[in-house]
Parts: sequence; structure tokens; C-alpha cells
Amino acid sequence: MNEIKYALDTFYFLMSGALVMWMAAGFAMLEAGLVRAKNTTEILAKNIALFAVACFMYLLFGYAIMYGSEAGGFIPDFSFLLGAEHNEAAVAEGKANHSLYSDFFFQVVFVATAMSIVSGAVAERMKLTAFLFFAVVLTGFIYPVEGYWKWGGGWLHQLGFNDFAGSAIVHMAGATAALAGVILLGPRKGKYDKKGNAKGIPGANLPMATLGTFILWLGWFGFNGGSQLLLSDVTNANAVSKIFVNTNAAATGGVLAVFIYTKLVYKKVDLTFILNGALAGLVAITAEPLTPSPLVATFIGAIGGIAASLSVVMLDKLQLDDPVGAISVHGVAGVLGVMLVPLTNPDASFGIQALGIVVIFAWVFITSFAVWLGLKRFIGIRVTEEEEYIGLDKVDCGLEAYPEFTLSVSAGGKS
Amino acid sequence: MKLVSAIIKPFKLDDVREALNEVGVNGLTVTEVKGFGRQRGHTELYRGAEYTVDFLPKVKIEVAISDDQEEEVIDAIIENSRTGKIGDGKIFVTHLEEVIRVRTSESGQEAL
Repeated sequence: MNEIKYALDTFYFLMSGALVMWMAAGFAMLEAGLVRAKNTTEILAKNIALFAVACFMYLLFGYAIMYGSEAGGFIPDFSFLLGAEHNEAAVAEGKANHSLYSDFFFQVVFVATAMSIVSGAVAERMKLTAFLFFAVVLTGFIYPVEGYWKWGGGWLHQLGFNDFAGSAIVHMAGATAALAGVILLGPRKGKYDKKGNAKGIPGANLPMATLGTFILWLGWFGFNGGSQLLLSDVTNANAVSKIFVNTNAAATGGVLAVFIYTKLVYKKVDLTFILNGALAGLVAITAEPLTPSPLVATFIGAIGGIAASLSVVMLDKLQLDDPVGAISVHGVAGVLGVMLVPLTNPDASFGIQALGIVVIFAWVFITSFAVWLGLKRFIGIRVTEEEEYIGLDKVDCGLEAYPEFTLSVSAGGKS
Repeated sequence: MKLVSAIIKPFKLDDVREALNEVGVNGLTVTEVKGFGRQRGHTELYRGAEYTVDFLPKVKIEVAISDDQEEEVIDAIIENSRTGKIGDGKIFVTHLEEVIRVRTSESGQEAL
């Protein structure tokens, strides 16, 4: 019996991980759709390269830091590579729930998600190599350390911080790293006029951005559903089912709320805000997809969606240029999600939730800022003005994404 | 003889073409053009931020006509391209010195 449970839970873990892996495709499509045509090839190259960097660094250091360290601690353990797999005797006695390698696989795709969040925010003006150097540090060190504090059984976990699938640990962390980068990088040329008013720079391919959003939505069932970790008894099977329903409901709430919001405020329906709204709803429910009722989950998603839309406009007022809205979607909705946990989960407290957010934000922001600053000093993080005008496709990749199209120069922000 | 160039809204092209046919215009040239007028293009919203579309797509039609057709042709164009909203376009009328039909070398009124 224990062997069958072990096999079933391992299978569930692997399939959930595969769904989360597919979110990398979602991010790639979303970002490629929301940048201008001249930066498409570069952002696709960036997305697939960062995924590989994240997996490699997590294999080398990340996993050991995050899960190999002592319970309740602050300084993680820096050992290397994966340990031995569980043996049959341990499984038969019920001492192991699933394969160690399936656990590694599920965790490694999460770190890739965190890194994917950064790439959209710094799109269209950052040097590819500088970005990948940053990816090495974030995925090999910055993320695993804060991940250890909660999921590795570290001190935040001991304090009772609640973050089910990572609204703060994954999403807000990615957004925070992005924010530090955006501050040092500066806005795209032409994004703000001399008076500081934001100019719209429309994305090149909205079908692709929409497909990317749907892919992320699908992947999220693995992200949240898999984070229940187990499936093989009645309690866990019911929990996983409820998580699927709530995850879907939150995305729905985000879409509906933002659809109505843009129609009322801007008179026209803004598709890219709606796409952001779906994702912000998903981010907001990620901190606690189990305890809310489906209607409450819809409401949480709606709040997340509206908050992300307001945040996009606010960041523009601060002249923090985020072409895809990653900081708003993953950061603002992530914070919101974590702070809403105590409403439905009596085990969580507002104080500890707030403490967790402050600590994770501070850790990721300070370390990321330092790394970006170092990169800026030594190799530079921004392409030249002329290269930005030409587009990163030709500069970094020597290849256009849509070579047989004639690009129009009349649209806002120039193609 | 006169050359009438009219900049009109693209969706009005079919109506204008039919009306010109009816008043006896024997040929016309159409070009897809872009430009701006007193509105200086127009603005759209994207993610809560405005952006300017500097040049709007229009259609330019050109017809060569005899002097006595001028009023009829201009009326036909105006009646069939006017929406009453901004961006309805403009009509330019210039004196036409010479017209030559390539196939037969006919010139002047004969070639219209």
C-alpha cells in the first residue's frame, strides 16, 4: 500500500512539475507578445537561456541551500548536488512520500518561474549577458536562501509564516529582483516625455501574449495543485481538487474585474491589462489556494487584478518602466495574496505575514540591487541608445523575428 | 481641364467611386496614403498611458476632368465621403495643362 501511495504521489509531483515547467513557455510567449517586434528574438533567447541557467544553478547549489540546511536556521548549508534516493524499506515503512528526484524536479521549475518574472520587466533595453549573469546569482543563491527560510524549514517557517505555493517566495521575490534592476536600468527611450508623462508603447503580438497568459493559467494548476505535495488519500485528493477550483476561480475574478475596470475607466477594453489581471488573480491566490471558498477565491483574484492595474499606472508615475507589468502582477498581487491569507486561514497572523514580506523583500532587494550595481559597474547592464533604437534582435542575435514583415514606423514609440 | 485630388476616409472609397461613375468620370487613380490634419493624428490608450498615432491612413483619389464637370464631381465627392466628423479629408483642384492617352497619342479633351 505504501509503495502504491509513494508511486502515485511521485507521479503527481512529476506531472505537476511538468505543468510548472510549461509556464516557462507561457512567460516566453507573454513577453514576446508585449515587446516591440524588434526585440522579439532577443527576449525569446533570454527566456530559454534563463530557464537553462536556473535549472543548472539550482542543481549545483540552489537545492542544497534550500532543502539541505538545518531546521529553524538563518544561515543555510552550502553542500553540493543531490543526495541518495529513498530505498524500498523506507518506503514500505511509510517514511518517504515521494522520490527525492521528483522533489528536486518540482522545486527546480519553481526557481525558473521566479527568474522568468524578471526578464519581462527589464525587456527591450538590457544587455543579454548582464541579465544572464544576474540569473546565475538569483537562481543559485538569492532565491534558495529565502526559499530555505520558509519551505526548507528555516526560521520564517518556524514563526508560522504562511505562503502556500509562493506568492511572496516566488512571485514577489521575482518582482523585487526586477524592481531593483528597473531602478538601475532606467526606462526605455521614449517611454516618458519631458514632463514625465507616460507614453504607451504597444506590444507587437497580442495573440502571442494571450496564448502566453493561457499557458501560464494552465501551468498554475501544477504550481498551486502540486504544492499540496500529496494526492494519495481522501484528504489530500479533496484538497488538490479544491485548489484547482480556487486557482481557476481567482484567475476568473481577475479577468472579470479588470475587464469591467478598463471599460469603465478607459472607455475601451484594454486586453493587456486583462491578461495582467488573470495573472494577478493567480498570483494573489497562490499564497492560500486551499482555505478560501471558490467565491472568496474569485474575490481575491478580482482584488489582485485591480491592484495590478492601478499599480501599472502608479509605477509609470514614478517612471519605473516595466513593459509587461511583471512588478505589478507578481509583486503587488503577491503582497496582497500573502496579506489576505489570515482572512481565511486561522493559522496565519497578519503580523507574521507582514514580517515575512518585509524580510523577503529586503533580502531580495538588497542582494539584487548589489548584483545589478556590480554588473552595471563592470560590464554595463544597458545597451547603447543606438542599439536600443535598432532593436536587440539585430544587436544581440543578428536575427529578426518577423523578417518578411515590413515594419511600420508610424505607430507610437516606433516599431 | 482640371485635376481633382481628394483625400478621403478609406471606408468611403466605394461610395465615392460609384458616384463618380454616375457623373461620367471615366477613370480614376487611387493611392493609399497616410497623413495628419488639424488634429495632428490622434491618441490611443495602452496600459493606461496615451500614445499618439502621428499619421492616419487615408485614401487619395485623383481624377482628370473637363472644366464643366468640376462642380458635379466635387459635389459627388463631398456628398459621398462626408461623415461630419473630424478627419473627413480635403479636396485639391488644380489646373491641368495637358492630358495624353498613351495608346493613341490623343491629347487634350479627347484623352480624358
